[in-house]
Amino acid sequence: MRHGRLRFIGGFLIIPLVLYTVFMVLPSAQSFQIAFTDWRGVSATANYVGFDNFARVFQSELFWKAMRNHGVLLLVVPLTTIVLAMYFAFLVNIGGRREGGRLHGLRGSAFYRVVFFFPQVLSVAIVGVLFQSVFRPDDAGIVNGLLAPFGVDPIGFLIDPSIALWSIIAVMVWAGVGFYFVLFSAAMAGIPAEVVEAASLDGAGRVRLFFSIIVPMVRDTVQTAWVFLGMAALDAFVLVKVLSVNNGGPDGATTMVPVQVYGKAFNEYQFGQASAAAVVLFFIIMTFAALTMRVTRREQLEY
Amino acid sequence: MSSRISRRRVIAGLAAVPSVAVLGGCAIGGGGGESTGATGGTAEKTPENPFGVVADSTLEVVGFSGGAVAVSYEKVHNPAIKAAFPQLQLTYTGTESQTQVLQPRFVGGTPPDFVDNTGAGQMDINALISQEQVLDLTPLFDAPSVDDPAVPLKDTLLTGTLEAATYNGVPRVVPYTTGPQGLWYDRKLFAKNGWAAPATWADFLAVLEKAKAAGLQPFGFAGKTAPDYCTTAILSSAIKAGGLDVVRNIDNLAEGAWRADAVKQALTAWAEIGAKYVARSNEGLQHTEVQLLQTQGKLAFYPCGSWLEGEMTKDIPPGFEYAMIATPSLSPADKLPAAALRATPTGAFFVAAKGKNTAAALEYLRRMLSRQSAAGHLGVTSQLTVVRDATDGVELSAGTRSAADALTAAGADTFTWKFMGWYKPMADAIKEATNGLMFGRLTPDAFADTMQKVADEVRADSSITKFQRQ
Repeated sequence: MRHGRLRFIGGFLIIPLVLYTVFMVLPSAQSFQIAFTDWRGVSATANYVGFDNFARVFQSELFWKAMRNHGVLLLVVPLTTIVLAMYFAFLVNIGGRREGGRLHGLRGSAFYRVVFFFPQVLSVAIVGVLFQSVFRPDDAGIVNGLLAPFGVDPIGFLIDPSIALWSIIAVMVWAGVGFYFVLFSAAMAGIPAEVVEAASLDGAGRVRLFFSIIVPMVRDTVQTAWVFLGMAALDAFVLVKVLSVNNGGPDGATTMVPVQVYGKAFNEYQFGQASAAAVVLFFIIMTFAALTMRVTRREQLEY
Repeated sequence: MSSRISRRRVIAGLAAVPSVAVLGGCAIGGGGGESTGATGGTAEKTPENPFGVVADSTLEVVGFSGGAVAVSYEKVHNPAIKAAFPQLQLTYTGTESQTQVLQPRFVGGTPPDFVDNTGAGQMDINALISQEQVLDLTPLFDAPSVDDPAVPLKDTLLTGTLEAATYNGVPRVVPYTTGPQGLWYDRKLFAKNGWAAPATWADFLAVLEKAKAAGLQPFGFAGKTAPDYCTTAILSSAIKAGGLDVVRNIDNLAEGAWRADAVKQALTAWAEIGAKYVARSNEGLQHTEVQLLQTQGKLAFYPCGSWLEGEMTKDIPPGFEYAMIATPSLSPADKLPAAALRATPTGAFFVAAKGKNTAAALEYLRRMLSRQSAAGHLGVTSQLTVVRDATDGVELSAGTRSAADALTAAGADTFTWKFMGWYKPMADAIKEATNGLMFGRLTPDAFADTMQKVADEVRADSSITKFQRQ
């Protein structure tokens, strides 16, 4: 009986597992090998060069600019996205009127639910192309076109080194809030109604309700969201590639490690150096994920 | 320690990562074996068939699938070789993604015979050459030309073609088209306003000032996707001011090449253009967007190559007529005449060293370089080729005619540079620096220092193959 079940599950899993191994695990693993070679990507031969490629990565000024940018993203994107998503999820699910002892969302919450999710339907590349028009730095841009009649000089969203990164952050948050809003909504729907009602009857206001009941009870979901968003902040490849001036410009203001990996590999054909940068990024992401899990670990709530 | 990476080595080298022990069909595992089994090249060599192509052999051609060039392969180049060798089995495919389509085949040792390595998806030629994937084309350039068997092929091409084909003394690629590059304007608009096309810097500034007064943006370029077009204008000025030594030193990574007086003079002049005549918003625009501003009559001068008109065909309004001039000379003391301009033989057609039928691939190239094929290519694509006297009798559009005339006026005074193709880190750096200079973030001195630093880094970097030019 048990044997049969294993075979049943295995039968389902074997194909995806093989595909995943051949097309995902093996190539990724091989980049560890390539990182120690001078492979140029156009022949079957390569020489081992020890840690040369890693030394290059750490000596590169651009790499450290990218680390600084990732740092800003890592602080700002998850925090802003989660706060906004939580706030919207709370308002739409619980923050509205009370009816027969039950809390409801704000008026029109079904409508907001759909609208917030819109950006998630678009692929990131399309979001990028969309925001090209939104951020266009002359009167033909959507934002600058709206501001022009008021005599505001066009804002160089992506060409001013001091705000270029923030413009890209804004897009990331805009595109991300919808998904996490739905995620948190689902988590809030899982909170037993009695708990919320009891707190509410005991006189907890909405703010108190939010911080003392809701947040602790969706803690696991927030933690997951944090890890996902952190990984997104360490990637940001598509948006930077589509939106930024000169792949990470102006003057490296929006450069990211993945953009550099891509450039090293497919522009300069230095696959060894590209793999080394990718391996470094891999360890940074692993460290981040492990730290987040460790730091935020808590006892499971049983209810 | 040079070695062919065998499966055993891989395992030995990666004891630290046990999961990799089962490498099968991976990027640099395995290896597809040397394929030198030439099926061509054994027939008798005659002036008609200088490479000894076997009549019924097979030839695999990978061309370019973008726009009019694809038509040229179908209508001009493939029929040309079929006419000469009717029994030849020609396999033709077109692509704009050479990297994705062909890179694995080079790694696996089974490349196609002929490759058109142009466009945004091209493979890095430096990497291909340093990995011995590209055939020496000396026999091609020495072979008799199709039009006159008494004249070797190399003598039927424009000045500078062979040099552009050559990497460290060995011709490796055929740059098929030539792009004179300069400043483009609307001839009709200029005539209507009584503005003359400038040849000196003073005239240039005067026209820019008039254009500004008329409410146009005087000069523009696309900082987001094509700052290198403006780089071309800046370097052209530097080379015209200081002569060919300026560009030789830059390409050969000579000490202090970027701190030459002529370079500084050009940087200073162009920084002033940037500060006074370029809209700030240009840095965030794509080339098509800026080019549209020009066809809409909002922009006076735009630096570009002779492909501009073809690219904008659909957007040229009635009453608009493209014309091109060489970058105006900086001062009467310029080493090169005012008509001198950058003419880059572009495109890199090459024969794979490990291709199965290199003889037929060479023959394919020899026939592409005939006057008939060149005229056919020009007729279909509006691209000028490196073949001499191939524009006779071909109906040309206004812009192409203007570019052809500028090329004729320049005569032997054409130049180009190689470092942007040879050393990608320098190409990336100069695009960034051009934006910095033109939008006021970099002084001329800082620009020169930045580029000198990158050049010094490239010179010191053992992982980059170096090239020399004359």
